[in-house]
Amino acid sequence: MFESFDATMLARMQFAFTVSFHIIFPAFSIGLASYLAVLEALWLWKKDEVYLELFNFWKTIFAVAFGMGVVSGIVMSYQFGTNWSVFSDKAGPIIGPLMGYEVLTAFFLEAGFLGVMLFGLNRVGPRLHFLATAMVAVGTLISATWILSANSWMQTPAGFAVNEAGQFIPVDWWAIIFNPSFPYRLVHMVLAAYLTTALVVGACGAWHLLRRTAPRRARTMFSMAMWMAAIVAPIQIFAGDQHGLNTLEHQPAKVMAMEGHFESHPDGAPLVLFGIPNSAEKRIDYAIEVPKLGSLVLKHHLDAPLAGLDTIPEELHPPVAVIFWSFRVMVGIGLAMLGIGLWSLWCRYRGTLDSDPWLHRAAVLMGPAGFVAVLAGWITTEVGRQPYTVYGHLLTANSIAPIEAPAVSASLVAFIIVYFFVFGAGTFYILRLMARLPRDTMPELDEGPIRTAGVAPGPASPKSHGAHHGL
Amino acid sequence: MDFDLPLIWAAIIAFAVLAYVVLDGFDLGVGILFPLFPEKHDRDVMMNSVAPVWDGNETWLVLGGGGLMAVFPLAYATIMPALYAPIIAMLIGLIFRGVAFEYRWRTKRAEYLWNWAFAGGSMLAAFAQGIALGALVQGIPVENRAYAGSWWDWLTPFSIMTGIAIVVGYALLGATWLVMKTHGDLADRARAIALKCCFATVGAMAVVSLWTPFLEPVYLQRWFGWPTAIFSVIVPLLVLGCLYLLIKGIRDRHDVQPFIAALGLFVLGYIGIGISFYPYMVPPSLTIWEAAAPEESLAFLLAGALVLVPIILAYTGYAYWVFRGKVDPEEGYH
Repeated sequence: MFESFDATMLARMQFAFTVSFHIIFPAFSIGLASYLAVLEALWLWKKDEVYLELFNFWKTIFAVAFGMGVVSGIVMSYQFGTNWSVFSDKAGPIIGPLMGYEVLTAFFLEAGFLGVMLFGLNRVGPRLHFLATAMVAVGTLISATWILSANSWMQTPAGFAVNEAGQFIPVDWWAIIFNPSFPYRLVHMVLAAYLTTALVVGACGAWHLLRRTAPRRARTMFSMAMWMAAIVAPIQIFAGDQHGLNTLEHQPAKVMAMEGHFESHPDGAPLVLFGIPNSAEKRIDYAIEVPKLGSLVLKHHLDAPLAGLDTIPEELHPPVAVIFWSFRVMVGIGLAMLGIGLWSLWCRYRGTLDSDPWLHRAAVLMGPAGFVAVLAGWITTEVGRQPYTVYGHLLTANSIAPIEAPAVSASLVAFIIVYFFVFGAGTFYILRLMARLPRDTMPELDEGPIRTAGVAPGPASPKSHGAHHGL
Repeated sequence: MDFDLPLIWAAIIAFAVLAYVVLDGFDLGVGILFPLFPEKHDRDVMMNSVAPVWDGNETWLVLGGGGLMAVFPLAYATIMPALYAPIIAMLIGLIFRGVAFEYRWRTKRAEYLWNWAFAGGSMLAAFAQGIALGALVQGIPVENRAYAGSWWDWLTPFSIMTGIAIVVGYALLGATWLVMKTHGDLADRARAIALKCCFATVGAMAVVSLWTPFLEPVYLQRWFGWPTAIFSVIVPLLVLGCLYLLIKGIRDRHDVQPFIAALGLFVLGYIGIGISFYPYMVPPSLTIWEAAAPEESLAFLLAGALVLVPIILAYTGYAYWVFRGKVDPEEGYH
């Protein structure tokens, strides 16, 4: 199936495939864990059952997503050894302890309290149960911190020396953990996780507002999600801009590829909006560009000189076309998130947040957008690190394990089949769980399509209670 | 004061792997026994008995893998390519049985599919772990800081034997766990299975133990040379002691004793492997000290591990305490 690729290319494809699948689940579970903690806190504080009902609804979905994240994560922790053993030997003394701390401070915390959170409310009571939920949420954030530190060190390595065996040796752990790109990447990723989750929750709320099955809970979650989008999307765009400036300082070639700057611009670079990168001819075909805006964005000055890929040896160029496109997809979706956030504020101001069907349809459409943006962003930064694994110090070609192409391609095919089957089924179950929001247990008199004025509502149909646990 | 950091870390990694083996051992074992309990009600109870804890159990495997990369990067970098196929098979097995915990409750139509995934995934993961163990015991050649064998070296009669031994041993752990956690007819059948499995497990341990010394001269010297040969008397005696307690516990209808005795068997088997291995990390190529990461890495992670591992043990213990006692079939966590 993959006869034309060498072992390095196959191992890269395998890593890209498994890590892309994996990142989808943490991006969702980081945000959802915090959302669950907020819902339970609101329930304890306001004693309003709607929050407990929403908590139980999203808890089940969280359990499925978290399970997928765990099993796809175990694959990652072993793939470093199976396919990238030379990288593991050389960078292990630095990357390894960071991941070791992730396991010790985050994974055990999440796993230890997850059981109590999912199954233990009746055994430990609400307060201890809330503590368990909070521990799971904190665990996901601690996990993100360590793994982004490790990833950022590969992008902007600091605080190390190299020994005679060619291993990276830690010299200053503070400099390693807080390497130059880490704070930017951490903020950008955690906000992305929150936005991604907000869009999923918002889409679910909007879907049920359109179907009018459970207006009270649908309205509550839709409103919470739209606040999140309206507040966090602008912050995220600012954080992304800062992250970009940081990348320009430490990994200029990546930014050149993102911007499509094959040539240097000594007196002000254009901002290329669209075009087709032509790596063979070293130019952007059919470019639509705004003169000098690139320098304004990246250097905050119209006439600032900006170097291009022509200043870098060709064998050290990252693949331009992939990064050029993935970056635009991410930015485009980010702007769309800002758009729906502002639209929701306008509707809220007008009092039509619960009733504007076009806003709801747009929110349903935007449901999966966060995942696409997260993937596009990671593709930009990871492909942009090429041709290195440890930027500037260890080439990808020198990181590969001494394995033969047939072994890698066989395992790649196995992973592709298993992942599409297993995670496809999981996604189907999650979508079905989202679609089955049982009717509100406390329907309000002024809502619902079948109530007639002047007639007292009859007892709730048995289905409204039975459906809750009988999936 | 000078600490032998590599040796301390070898002990911690050994502890993590042992914790993994006994903890995930029983929940993989419950999966292995699934085909012997065809009724849906029994299967619901079996799965619920491990549902709150399986994720924490599997985290020890991540610690074993992640920790190995951190403190013995050279061992990690040579063992993983050497055991390529069994590791991938184990991961795929763990994927199927891990997602089954949730998926099985999310569908009626395809429930049978996730029953298979749970049972098959558990068996595949256990068998692959046993093969990996056997391949490691029989030795991994290393040259120039890289694995120097070919990618079918792991497959030998010996590694197949250890694969079978681990499947049988996990089934024993799973059966005694069910004796401890369930009631009535289900517990009775688990008792009968545990009785068969304990003989099979001890038999498999005997075969592997007699086979091992003839794989490597180092092992032969260790088990038949003075003064270490004393272990050759002590360890088997303790194994027989555990076997006696196990059988007696089942006969006397004790709830907890069979499980504890089965854990004892695993700990003894593990100590036996440790006696063979020392001082190697990757026999016969790399010692603990040759495979170790630089001091700075070992010290940095050790500081955290000394504080965090006891805390982890405390709250993991708490999680087990919350779900203590027999599984109430009516409670239905899901």
